[in-house]
Amino acid sequence: MDNPVMLAAGILGTTGASLKRAVLSGAGAVVTKSVGVAEREGHRGPAVVQVEGGLLNAMGLPNPSYRHFQEEIDIGRDGGAPVIASIFGSSPAEFVEVARGLDADGFELNLSCPHAERYGAEIGCEVYNVEAITRAVKESSSVPVWVKLTPNVAEISALGLAAERGGADAIVAINTLRAMAIDVESCRPILGNRFGGLSGPAIKPVAVKCVYDLAGAVKIPVIGVGGVSSWEDACEMIIAGARGVQVGTALGNAEGYGIFRSISEGLSIYLDRKDMALQELVGAARRFP
Amino acid sequence: MRPKDAVITEIVSETPSVRTLRFDITFDAVPGQYLMVWVRGVDEIPMSISYSNGITVQKVGEATGAIFDLKVGDSLGVRGPLGNGFALLGERILLVGGGVGAAPLALLGEEAAEKGIEVTTILGIRGCDDLIFRERFEGAGDLVITTDDGSMGICGRASAGLSCLDLEDYDQIYLCGPEPMMADLIGRCGGMEAKIQASIDRYFKCGLGICGSCSIDPEGIRPCVEGPVIRGDRLLGTEFGRYKRGPSGRKR
Repeated sequence: MDNPVMLAAGILGTTGASLKRAVLSGAGAVVTKSVGVAEREGHRGPAVVQVEGGLLNAMGLPNPSYRHFQEEIDIGRDGGAPVIASIFGSSPAEFVEVARGLDADGFELNLSCPHAERYGAEIGCEVYNVEAITRAVKESSSVPVWVKLTPNVAEISALGLAAERGGADAIVAINTLRAMAIDVESCRPILGNRFGGLSGPAIKPVAVKCVYDLAGAVKIPVIGVGGVSSWEDACEMIIAGARGVQVGTALGNAEGYGIFRSISEGLSIYLDRKDMALQELVGAARRFP
Repeated sequence: MRPKDAVITEIVSETPSVRTLRFDITFDAVPGQYLMVWVRGVDEIPMSISYSNGITVQKVGEATGAIFDLKVGDSLGVRGPLGNGFALLGERILLVGGGVGAAPLALLGEEAAEKGIEVTTILGIRGCDDLIFRERFEGAGDLVITTDDGSMGICGRASAGLSCLDLEDYDQIYLCGPEPMMADLIGRCGGMEAKIQASIDRYFKCGLGICGSCSIDPEGIRPCVEGPVIRGDRLLGTEFGRYKRGPSGRKR
């Protein structure tokens, strides 16, 4: 991939039109909103709330089911960049059903959503689930399989190694951090689901450490995601060991879709200034053990 | 921002199914902007602002039904004002509202009249019992009423009210109402779409431009931040008037 800046899962990826717009705005690849076996409307609102340093969300995996999603992937592909389908399920069989039902340029396994019962991190925090699900999807599909991991565990590298053993082509880290916000006037948790996942600048240092640890543990590429809002953030992820970065919450900033170009252009200028190729920058922080 | 606590200071019953709620806080909003209104324990829904300190709610579902159960002294959580509202342009403007779509237009009409802009309003309603904000529109300028059942004004849809006007006379046309009505009016304004501003309704979840649930095909316009007021020419050739998506993202 020439352009390492991608759209993260769960952000604007509901429709083919949004995916295509992200590509036309300069994303090197796009990841869809997570798609599962059955249609889901998601959690009740508020589904998103702004908090200190980022966003808290509990969307609850709304999706039209894979049976009504191929058209969106196809429209997204019109943009000319790879469209990666984020998929979720409660078992290897469900993941395989969704993967077999979709034609995409790759799959990103959502083993990390922190706020949906029976899905995401509930199964993705166990190494044997990560390995078994990765292997099942790998065996039933011919396109690259990426595994998106949760940071809500003691040792994320163990999950990365499990994905690698299962045959993953890349690791994506990190999903949101489990978090909560409470309205002091009513004493109620703000999110309809009561708790959710924190994203945005507040989690970037956590993501950088996870990427650093994973890149030191696995041989397959690591893609960094979590609070990337500027070219400097992208650069930092790459120096920590990421081969690519994904942008999510920052799409809500004033520049909107313009963020893809501003990050990739800033990165190019930096590489020119340092007279370096992107590959040389990957994991450069490891020179300082 | 986190939701602000808005305590209800007054409830006005506009029609049997429409109520205005006034709060103890003001929103400093551009007419056409909206609030994400958190009905605690139920849901969070977008509502357009009808007064500097109020919203006007039609009872249509669970969340709006729960709002109807609230009393003075109760409160709602509100995020906003959000999105892009109406831009006041020109010397003579036309407002076209359908049903409770009159709510943000009333605020716009008052603001326009205050600035010396000549305001004409067409309100399309089912019957005379559904009329809201008559005094506000009459205070701002001329008011033409159309009713589906002929119980007041001109019998017919809002478009019937256009027949007595020449659209060329207006510098800007503002729409808010049911989507078929707005799409029909834009269709009748051949060549003048660029001077139409329409407030459009989609399934908003985040209100921040990131979740994608309100995205409009085929260009992926995000009405929750790029709208809800969108210029008529930007809506041409889009899904507007043809389909929208539900909470799961599936077309319906």
